[in-house]
Amino acid sequence: MEIVYVYVKKRSEFGKQCNFSDRQAELNINIPPNPELAEQFVERNPVDTGIQCSTSMSEHEVNTERFEMESRGINHVEGGWPKDVNPLELEQTIRFRKKVEKDENYINAITQLGSIMEHCIKQNNAIDIYQEYFDDEDAVEVTDEAPSAKTINVLRDPQEIKRSATHLSWHPDGNRKLAVAYSCLNFQRAPEGMSHESYIWDLENPNKPEIVLKPSSPLVTLEYNPKDSHVLLGGCYNGQLACWDTRKGSLVAELSTIEFSHRDPVYGSIWLQSKTGTECFSASTDGQVMWWDIRKMSEPTEVVILDIARKEQLENALGAISLEFESTLPTKFMVGTEQGIVISCNRKAKTSAEKIVCTFSGHHGPIYALQRNPFYPKNFLTVGDWTARIWSEDSRESSIMWTKYHMAYLTDGAWSPVRPAVFFTTRMDGTLDIWDFVFKQCDPALSLKVCDEALFCLRVQDNGCFIACGSQLGTTTLLEVSNGLCTLQKNDKNAASLIFERETRREKILEARHREMRLKEKGKAEGRDDSLREEEPTFHLEELVTKAEDEFFNIIYSELKKKETEAMKKTKPKQPGLEADEEVEGEDLGCRASDGLASASERPVGGERGFSSLPDPPLHTQFGKAVCPLLKCL
Amino acid sequence: MQAEVEETLKRIQSHKGVMGTMVVNAEGIPIRTTLDNSTTVQYAGLLHQLTMKAKSTVRDIDPQNDLTFLRIRSKKHEIMVAPDKEYLLIVIQNPCE
Repeated sequence: MEIVYVYVKKRSEFGKQCNFSDRQAELNINIPPNPELAEQFVERNPVDTGIQCSTSMSEHEVNTERFEMESRGINHVEGGWPKDVNPLELEQTIRFRKKVEKDENYINAITQLGSIMEHCIKQNNAIDIYQEYFDDEDAVEVTDEAPSAKTINVLRDPQEIKRSATHLSWHPDGNRKLAVAYSCLNFQRAPEGMSHESYIWDLENPNKPEIVLKPSSPLVTLEYNPKDSHVLLGGCYNGQLACWDTRKGSLVAELSTIEFSHRDPVYGSIWLQSKTGTECFSASTDGQVMWWDIRKMSEPTEVVILDIARKEQLENALGAISLEFESTLPTKFMVGTEQGIVISCNRKAKTSAEKIVCTFSGHHGPIYALQRNPFYPKNFLTVGDWTARIWSEDSRESSIMWTKYHMAYLTDGAWSPVRPAVFFTTRMDGTLDIWDFVFKQCDPALSLKVCDEALFCLRVQDNGCFIACGSQLGTTTLLEVSNGLCTLQKNDKNAASLIFERETRREKILEARHREMRLKEKGKAEGRDDSLREEEPTFHLEELVTKAEDEFFNIIYSELKKKETEAMKKTKPKQPGLEADEEVEGEDLGCRASDGLASASERPVGGERGFSSLPDPPLHTQFGKAVCPLLKCL
Repeated sequence: MQAEVEETLKRIQSHKGVMGTMVVNAEGIPIRTTLDNSTTVQYAGLLHQLTMKAKSTVRDIDPQNDLTFLRIRSKKHEIMVAPDKEYLLIVIQNPCE
């Protein structure tokens, strides 16, 4: 850095240096306060001042100097010509060019470059090498996050004596309210002084229920009317049906008469799709399904008795534990019974006998939940005993898919309204399982321990995100599921329908096989009967009788012996006449079926009833016992 | 020998989608061209500089490496440049998809 200019001034020319010294304090002015002046002022009370608690900011304006821009074009002029060539003269340029073209280098270069160039040109003509191949695929909406769910709210029963939450229903609009039915399902063990009340909770206020519903008997089920969100239908423990209007208060608005109601607790009540929005139907373990119009609750409009033999005998009727109705199939409904059978019925049948269309059996215990898949109504989910099963209407003999046998009883289940392959189940040990069979078939995708006591009921909100589960001590837990489980994936529907179809086909093939084997057994049994009949006409009457008696007793004794040998052997019982068949069928399934069916045909009494899918109870359990250990390894 | 060159250039020009062919020397002088003069001069000048830049980039990254081909794909067409020690072969093609 070079010195440009030097400023010079002598120190002595600056001026005198300051010398500071201490001095005593001096009083300059003393003005005492003058109270007379105060009279010129009025006290102001209250004093209001504006205060603003914000950062003070200042405003400035800045403007830069305008930058002038102009667009200009440049015209390239030929350059690079050697000095002896004048670019403007055509002759000279041509001559120069010709000279270059004669150069050997030029020739070689061009030949070589030409071939490379041709390759690329041809490539271009063949395909578009810059084509976007993965343009259509949107970014994968859901990353590989593991499915998760977290509890957002817990609603506790404010009563001292705890009752179990037996049914939940979300408010039809907005889903901000939840109606919970509380009752004690232990038979005649409801503690003294247990309150009959059920509550409607507002999720914003989990400490206190918003509305209290006061029926005369505890409610087992409770449903909001999907058309009118102020109306609720409740099924009582004593078999009556009660109707509330939340605008009118907490007392029952309409109550069905005791004489015409159910004789057992109402386990299922659903609103129907009707123009008036006032029709509903209910089912109970007394074996009846009743249709009601809430404007006139004194009598049911229709009653159907769940007698599978179609004889309308109440004594033979099966008790209903769950009810299913899908508004897209308004004439059909399904009932899940205590005996483990699902009955599919048609409401519009002419005679009452025709109302029962078909049955599906496969569960060992009561079917606590029954729901059609919202995307594929032909397939439905049943939850009962220790498994959850998925059925197809086409395959009547068995379910098309089933979960393994759990350690605890399954109490409730529901499909996800958003994803066709996802469903939820609750268990007696307080666990909520979320299954996604497109992702994993043998285990739930997510298993959560919600609480220590048993979970009794489950309800998924319409957006598929929130789940409410009710427990034995009346605690309702609200869970939120991770995004992956409540957003529809792209190939979800296809994958789910493929799985359903595949499993249905498999079951059909198995069914056909069973039928064939059964026919074979029947044929053999008939053959034996014929040969016996031929001998009879040659005897006298008495001899005929003694002969018949002897034969009869022989058959009985041989059957008894067989039972003994069967009881001794634990796994597959071997029947002498049909050993050959069993060995021929190689697969597991075949063996199992031939066992069960063979023993059915050997029995001289009580062979098959009207429905081929209903075997005798003792046979069933035997079959079940043989099947259970085999199923465990599936 | 010269006939070969002619043939090559003619063949290139006759390919599907080729809009123009030109040969430019190291100084940017167009030796052979099928387009009009002003366009040729423009292409020659600009592409020459670009090719030099590309070549030097490749050499900078790896001195053992060398530029063999340069392709510029634009919305309307594709410009392909085959560089040599002294000459540049430039082809403008409209790839038909």
